[in-house]
Amino acid sequence: MAKIKLPLLIAYWLTVVVAMALNITPWKGAFLMASPDWVLLILIYWALAAPETASVGKAWIVGLLVDVLTGQLLGQYALAYAASIFLSVKQHKRIRHYLIIQQSLVVFMLLLFARVLIFWIENINHQPVPINFWLPVLTGAVVWPVVSLLLRNIRIV
Amino acid sequence: MVLLSVFFLVTEQYSDKLKPLRHILSVFVYPIQYIVDAPTRLFNNVINSVEGYEQLLSENKVLKQQQLINSARLLKFSALEKENIRLRSLLDSSFKLGEQVLIAELLSVNLAPYEHVVVVNKGSRFGVHVGQPVLDANGIVGQVLKALPLSSEIILITDPNHAIPVQVNRNGLHTIAIGSGQLNKLNLPFLPNNADIVPGDLLITSGLGGIFPQGYPVAVVESFVEQPDKPFAVIQARPTAALNTSRELLIVWSNSQVIPLNNPLSEQVHGQD
Repeated sequence: MAKIKLPLLIAYWLTVVVAMALNITPWKGAFLMASPDWVLLILIYWALAAPETASVGKAWIVGLLVDVLTGQLLGQYALAYAASIFLSVKQHKRIRHYLIIQQSLVVFMLLLFARVLIFWIENINHQPVPINFWLPVLTGAVVWPVVSLLLRNIRIV
Repeated sequence: MVLLSVFFLVTEQYSDKLKPLRHILSVFVYPIQYIVDAPTRLFNNVINSVEGYEQLLSENKVLKQQQLINSARLLKFSALEKENIRLRSLLDSSFKLGEQVLIAELLSVNLAPYEHVVVVNKGSRFGVHVGQPVLDANGIVGQVLKALPLSSEIILITDPNHAIPVQVNRNGLHTIAIGSGQLNKLNLPFLPNNADIVPGDLLITSGLGGIFPQGYPVAVVESFVEQPDKPFAVIQARPTAALNTSRELLIVWSNSQVIPLNNPLSEQVHGQD
């Protein structure tokens, strides 16, 4: 395993914390329903940009924290994040060379995959899930270029 | 990793063995919730500090008047309560004693957009526990869903997964009000077409189910639509509590002690609501 740079690690956790805060920000109206899963977007970015830093294990821990943060069943987001980050890390060499639009498509699939896992888990509880449960997948793919380019440009480490 | 997640999911679903883990992790994520809430808090503080002297004076005057009216009402209320206890003891039924409250402040964070769950800044360190009713100045808000060390999660009565046993204040008709997923609407799906309920009726908690204390206002009936071809009418009510504006909530400890009575079974209605 390659040696992990400390600044990279700090950047990783800092952005994840910011994403967590964004996840629970009380947006108004349509924004609320369409607010993408920022944490997973950030995790995917790091999985593609620095796969040796953004391991599946870290994604799992972040998922567990998000579970507690949003009061969901413990392990729900952990499982979804770990699984989709596993896929991204596995394919990072390929995805990295895609055009940004193509990346968006891949991110769409990854977000959908995570969302389906969460959907299954919530169904154990027989919780009714409204149709706009799926909306964040779409908006997540739409904001992906912004997130990706922004992070790439402000990255100093 | 996957196995561990599945293990967590199953354990959490069927037992509360993972509670300590959740409590520990919640201490780590509480700062995030606190930070997200900060802009709102700051805004309120600024508003408070720039409020003029005149405004405070007039507000003070209004509050004093209100206080006078309320205390006069309370005088009568305590006499009525005594009378109620006396009458109930004549009728061989029990009466629950008064309640204790704790004021908790809402953290303006949003957990999941399709759930009506809010976070307040008082947790199990203040003795909050799961299932406690939560009120504001106008009525029932919800109940405590999870009590974490520094904060607790409260499910609102309008959450689609929440149901609250209510009765019509005018005639004592019992029913159940179920959350609609909209902050200004409750559904009453279990009343027949000929039920004696009209728009404007006040719904109060019935005390059945053992979670909510009896007699607090819940909602006002807004519309009653008969369904001639179906067994139940479509009835909608508007919660009296200001669910989306109130920032201070009251967490209630209902005193489970019961005034001496002859038949101890009469009030023992336990149920899931």
